[in-house]
Amino acid sequence: MKRIVPVLVVVACIFALWYAGSFLMNRAWVMDQAARAGTEPGFSEVLRDTMNQDRAKLPAPHQVAAELYDGILDKKVTSKRSLVYHGFITFQATMAGFALGIVAGVALAVAIVLSRVADRTLMPWAIISQTIPVVALAPMIVVLTNAMGAGSLMVPKAIIAGYLSFFPVLVSMVAGLRSPDRMQLDLLRTYGASPRQVFWKLRMPASLPYFFASLKIAVAASLVGAIVGELPTGAIAGLGARMLIGSQFGNPMIMWSALFAAAILAAGLIWIVGGIEKLANRMMGGQRA
Amino acid sequence: MTGTMARIAWPLGFGILVLILWEAAVRGFDIPPAILPAPTEIWDAIQRSTHILWIDWVQTVVKGALTGLILGAIAGVLAALAIDRVDFLRRGLLPVANFVAALPIVGVAPIMVMWFGFDWQSKAAVVVVMVFFPMLVNTLAGLEATDRMQRDLMRTYSASHAQTLGKLRLPAAMPFIFNGLKIATTLALIGAIVAEYFGSPTKGMGFRISTEVGRLGIDMVWAEIAVSAITGTALYGLVALIERRVTFWHPSQRRG
Repeated sequence: MKRIVPVLVVVACIFALWYAGSFLMNRAWVMDQAARAGTEPGFSEVLRDTMNQDRAKLPAPHQVAAELYDGILDKKVTSKRSLVYHGFITFQATMAGFALGIVAGVALAVAIVLSRVADRTLMPWAIISQTIPVVALAPMIVVLTNAMGAGSLMVPKAIIAGYLSFFPVLVSMVAGLRSPDRMQLDLLRTYGASPRQVFWKLRMPASLPYFFASLKIAVAASLVGAIVGELPTGAIAGLGARMLIGSQFGNPMIMWSALFAAAILAAGLIWIVGGIEKLANRMMGGQRA
Repeated sequence: MTGTMARIAWPLGFGILVLILWEAAVRGFDIPPAILPAPTEIWDAIQRSTHILWIDWVQTVVKGALTGLILGAIAGVLAALAIDRVDFLRRGLLPVANFVAALPIVGVAPIMVMWFGFDWQSKAAVVVVMVFFPMLVNTLAGLEATDRMQRDLMRTYSASHAQTLGKLRLPAAMPFIFNGLKIATTLALIGAIVAEYFGSPTKGMGFRISTEVGRLGIDMVWAEIAVSAITGTALYGLVALIERRVTFWHPSQRRG
């Protein structure tokens, strides 16, 4: 209770500010219309008109909520205007990229931990790879995957999503695989364990909590990659494509509903992955006790 | 000294090896330049169009990304300091900020372009929004980094809030703030380029990339990618360098 009240107050304040912002930003248009019509609207009329514009500069929260309800629940899932349809396309790319990122991140981490050469050559490049803005690379990834015969946009989008999501997994896995201390490693040596046994029986289990902790960041990054990947690739379906379409047609409702649909998708993904993390931690704890 | 040399030589050698293999593959398999140009062709394009690359760089990096990065970072740190003073705000805003920091904030790009127009102002605005939350969350985490004993010591010295902040808590928060800044530099470039896909004047790296892809000027696209890669790495390196100067006392910065 003590923890939830401040959060609720803050959220309420955000909504209040949003409504105030809607009023202030949309007022100019209302006044302009009134001046052309030669009328002088009272405060309550201005207030009413700022809250229900189709092309509002800043749509009011209830407008966005109505648009979201319409796009998610009221449209048939197969409709091209359904946010579920677009969200699912982005979701697929996110998941494919997430899987790609996990595989690449774990494989690189294992190579880096086992080989000193890999540590020295690959680790700096892994860091550099994240400082390169992936959006600049995105159109080239599309051209290259097309040339290699990938028919759909799914492949380049997944690669871009994987490019962003492998890094958190890599960093956490390297830390996790290196987390066993001298004592534990020495104990295995006294057992006469081979390097392979040290890896599978000590390093791998020790790294699992680190692995699960990185997944939340990785899935959020993967979603950003999937959305960004839709922008320069000429996609017509997906949440990023919706944003682009809304921008081209100057329709703020499409942009806002796509933005919030993406936020809902992100929250859902993080929640699910967080649940998996908790479950895994509990199972690991159960083994230890 | 040999340690430093080896630390640079290994990755550098790997990079050069990749470039050589790339060049060899393009020549050996006769890959058309419309699909993948060789590094030497990209280098030619860079030399041929230095002027255009410079104009795009100023538009996207200096006006868009850096302006937004500086404004957003300052705003994030200031907001964190303000929130930190009020316990109620901290308990209310921290979960919300943590949540928002994980959302795909790039999605505000079309909205900012609608509000602030096609020029660099909208790009800077996108970057401000993207950078703000990681900076806020990291600074708040950093301000928590001092322990009871240290703060009690400051109290026994009868230090004011400002003195405790300036002499103990802000320095202690620096590793966290720099961590946020490192995340922010990469986000800033992504934000500035993404915003250009939603409309831009006839210059800028994102604009050039999308138009040159349409005209099959792939060597020019790779030239822009090279510039953006070098810029991103240099910005990150600059932040890391300043970090080493500011947080020289931190265990992670110690050598040997």
